[in-house]
Amino acid sequence: MPVMSYIQAVTTALKEEMLRDEKVFILGEDVGKKGGVFRATEGLYNEFGEYRVLDTPLSESAIAGVGIGAAMYGMRPVAEMQFADFIMPAVNQIISEAAKTRYRSNNDWNVPITIRAPYGGGVHGALYHSQSVEAVFANQPGLKIVMPSSPYDVKGLLKAAIRDNDPVLFFEHKRAYRLLKEEVPNEDYVLPIGKADVKREGSDITVITYGLCVHFALQTAEKLANEGIETHILDLRTVYPLDKEGIIEAASKTGKVLLITEDNKEGSIIGEVGAIIAENCLFDLDAPVMRLAGPDVPAMPFAPTMEKFFMVNPDKCEKAMRELAEF
Amino acid sequence: MANLHTELGLSDQDVLDIYQTMLLARKIDERMWLLNRSGKIPFVISCQGQEAAQVGASFALNREKDYVSPYYRDLGVVLSFGMTAKDLMLSAFAKAEDPNSGGRQMPGHFGQKKNRILTGSSPVTTQVPHAVGVALAGKMEKKDFVSFVTLGEGSSNQGDFHEGLNFAGVHKLPVITMVENNQYAISVPIEKQIASKNISVRALSYGMEGVTVDGNDPLAVYKAVRDARERAINGEGGTVIEAVSYRLTAHSSDDDDRYREKEEVDEAKKQDAIITFGNYLKEENVLSNKIEEEMNRDITSIINEATDYAEEAPYAMPEDALKYVYEE
Repeated sequence: MPVMSYIQAVTTALKEEMLRDEKVFILGEDVGKKGGVFRATEGLYNEFGEYRVLDTPLSESAIAGVGIGAAMYGMRPVAEMQFADFIMPAVNQIISEAAKTRYRSNNDWNVPITIRAPYGGGVHGALYHSQSVEAVFANQPGLKIVMPSSPYDVKGLLKAAIRDNDPVLFFEHKRAYRLLKEEVPNEDYVLPIGKADVKREGSDITVITYGLCVHFALQTAEKLANEGIETHILDLRTVYPLDKEGIIEAASKTGKVLLITEDNKEGSIIGEVGAIIAENCLFDLDAPVMRLAGPDVPAMPFAPTMEKFFMVNPDKCEKAMRELAEF
Repeated sequence: MANLHTELGLSDQDVLDIYQTMLLARKIDERMWLLNRSGKIPFVISCQGQEAAQVGASFALNREKDYVSPYYRDLGVVLSFGMTAKDLMLSAFAKAEDPNSGGRQMPGHFGQKKNRILTGSSPVTTQVPHAVGVALAGKMEKKDFVSFVTLGEGSSNQGDFHEGLNFAGVHKLPVITMVENNQYAISVPIEKQIASKNISVRALSYGMEGVTVDGNDPLAVYKAVRDARERAINGEGGTVIEAVSYRLTAHSSDDDDRYREKEEVDEAKKQDAIITFGNYLKEENVLSNKIEEEMNRDITSIINEATDYAEEAPYAMPEDALKYVYEE
């Protein structure tokens, strides 16, 4: 089994899906000749040609909207937003159009589009190259939001997103692109959208998180295990709609729950996770539900001091997990 | 002796069909206002004054293969593309059998996959990039259809107009954009909407042909769209057509148009294509009194039947509100 980085898993999934189904095509800024600013589409232009790896004008609403039109016709577009921060001009197309097409047409039309975007901080990207934007879309029925935490999950979930008959937002953590590597099977496989995944079994505390924070939580859990604290880690993988059963099961297992997100705290995905736990797990809880998140400031600043202050990291995870374990 | 329509290659029957479709659109619209004012349907948004452009354009398209992304006034377009009076009345009454949305959307939010009518929403101009996407797919798959999209003149100020048409222009996609300039965006007149001398001049920045035509003349619109379609099929890219007419009703059943003078509306009514095109057909001895009477009788009976059917038809079950968020 080859070892692959997170971004190589993206490229591999795209390539395999394009070989499997000629309706699959990529559109976005700099995705063609350049192979993407992060090189996620590297080599695909040469292999598949201009119209299947299409360099678009610098126009996010058109990237989404043209993709939606092509998807209604029956294509399988994979649209790339160069940074999640730049998805905002396309929000009307995503929320008013893609999310509602099946519903508003009473199941007559549908939009099988995947919209990929690199999100997240810790890369000196400052306010507009670091944001987590999932919460903007996470109360829009009709959308699915997938945020994988590992190369293995990237390959299986991106393939599932492309094959899905409804619109999927696929957010990739840009710091994970080259940081995370693992063995990824050569074989074709898909992972289920809408299902959370237990990344580590444990009996003392439960951490529920997604994206790069899964990696931080896993690192910390190894460290705490040396001291006899066993952490159960649930990776949401799909942050909308949430896997309620998976969340209830993981929270009930230890009765002590820490929720982690890199996003701003108020109004984030983990607030809804907390509500699910409050509604369903009251008598299983042994501690108040804890949250670790970014502060409620617009986004992380450029200066390393302030960026570090904003970001979730293993130290912050350790402090919170230890505090919960000792409660 | 050759007359205007035979010079365009249209037979007498063709122009009678155009006229009949215009008249059907007008009469359905008028009936909807009556139903609204008598409290039977909650909302109407009108095509009145724009039927000539809508039907003239549609008849220049290939109604067996082209795709249309209409906007909310396009009763004439959707009728030309196969939607029926019954379908439209089911939508007006918000009944389960409405093919546009199963009673989920307000009237005027068209969509019908079997007739290649893309589903639309209320935020304006979002359909322009969709039409471009359909054209892109057609080009990728080497198909010989065109993608036709319409909008109002006010909507042409939205970013999606620019983003969509620039994209189409760069890739020379077979997109025909018809801006139905009815002079008003609710209450705001054209001179407060755009600074350029007209809408079609904007086509220049997209590397496209732009033409302004008399939207009250279905034959002028027919010719403009026919020529645009020929260019599109030949790989010469898109066209922006501005069809100028006048909105004869208020913006919608929830609007009153006190913001404009009655004299202005009365003057516009003299150019109403239902009258002027009818007169042309009579002058050319295509439309006789007998044919006209039959047409009116048929249309009235079609609309009566459609109205009765829709009024009696069941609503969706309350719990149907939960269906079709995702694939089931």
